Amino acid sequence: MAEATGTLRVEVVSPERVLYSGEATQVITRTIDGGEIAFLPGHAAFLGALTENHTRIYLVGGTVQDLAVHLGFVEVGPDHVTILSDTAELAQDIDVARAREALARAEEQLRREPSAEAEADLRRAHTRIAATGGIATGH
Amino acid sequence: MQATKKITRAMELIAASRIVKAQQRVAAAVPYSEMITEVVRDLAAAGAGSRTPLLAGRDTVEKVCYVVLSADRGLCGGYNAGVLRATEGEIKQDAIEGRGHAIVAVGRKAEGYFRFRGYNIVRAFAGFTDNPTYEVAKEIGEFVTGLFAAGEVDRVELVYTRFISAGSQEVVQRPLVPLDTQITEGGDGKNEAGADYEFEPSPEAILQTLLPRYVEARVYAALLNAAASEHAFRQRAMKSATDNAEELIKNLSRVMNRARQDAITTEIMEIVGGAEALSSGD
Repeated sequence: MAEATGTLRVEVVSPERVLYSGEATQVITRTIDGGEIAFLPGHAAFLGALTENHTRIYLVGGTVQDLAVHLGFVEVGPDHVTILSDTAELAQDIDVARAREALARAEEQLRREPSAEAEADLRRAHTRIAATGGIATGH
Repeated sequence: MQATKKITRAMELIAASRIVKAQQRVAAAVPYSEMITEVVRDLAAAGAGSRTPLLAGRDTVEKVCYVVLSADRGLCGGYNAGVLRATEGEIKQDAIEGRGHAIVAVGRKAEGYFRFRGYNIVRAFAGFTDNPTYEVAKEIGEFVTGLFAAGEVDRVELVYTRFISAGSQEVVQRPLVPLDTQITEGGDGKNEAGADYEFEPSPEAILQTLLPRYVEARVYAALLNAAASEHAFRQRAMKSATDNAEELIKNLSRVMNRARQDAITTEIMEIVGGAEALSSGD
């Protein structure tokens, strides 16, 4: 199905503005329950709900745009990938030191009193750090 | 008078510069809301959500919730009066037809207005109307969908002032929940090739997480529109206030000048009169 010709027009859109747009050859993200999924040009129409993840956009020039996506949606057609997320951050916008602090805090919180909130914090911090290349992808 | 004019002039200029900024924010929010609308359509076209109350609505509507977007402050001409009166009219109409109401007041003016008149305010939000954030939209969205899901209300309407251009705005009322069926009918024109979407997870599961986002996006768009309109109204109100002040200053200074001139003339007359009396006395 995926003829690897042409490129993908990638847009990352938040409610407040278009966060990022560019031409790419591949996009890797992660859906709820579905695990990681890669989109190449020519992909079948796809609609997915995203979980917290480290999304990678492989740009035409060979560089990779990393971003942290905390929930959202992805809409894919043969020539485009659109990521809708009310909380997505480009890797270059992430403050690594703060993310590490948040990670430590969340871990501490979890040790003392596990809660869904602390877990979410932990996942978010993990995602941020992963997007900046701090630790291997995954949870 | 001069001081007042300076204040109104300053407010006019501030409002004018804010219109531009607010307008940019309205434009910047368009891609997201357009795309999320498209996704909802695609999902509805795939058959998801016919059983979701958020989409399908309820058969009998007993209570309508109005989300009224007004300003926190006055000094903006008929801006607040417009939305408030429109809402009050709707509520009265509902009452005639036997439906109850609930008000979510956004902005201090709406809260004050409806509280004073004894309407049923279920929640009030304030303190941000000239510069709303997505966070606030989220809060409002969550609150009203919760209200709807709990069966407290059977319909949610959004009343706000739509920003068309700096010179023209209109008060509109848009259904928020259940979602407009016209929006969800038809599906996506782009996908005519018959290539159905693959969904992951299921369309229903996506819709579950998507619909609240969609409601938030709608609220956010309305908030931005309202903010831009508020600035436009304020600019116009302040412009006419400044013009009025100028007019008054002109008239007043004319009166002042005449009074001064009169005084001088009288004084000269007295001096001349006095001098003449002296010289004739010789």
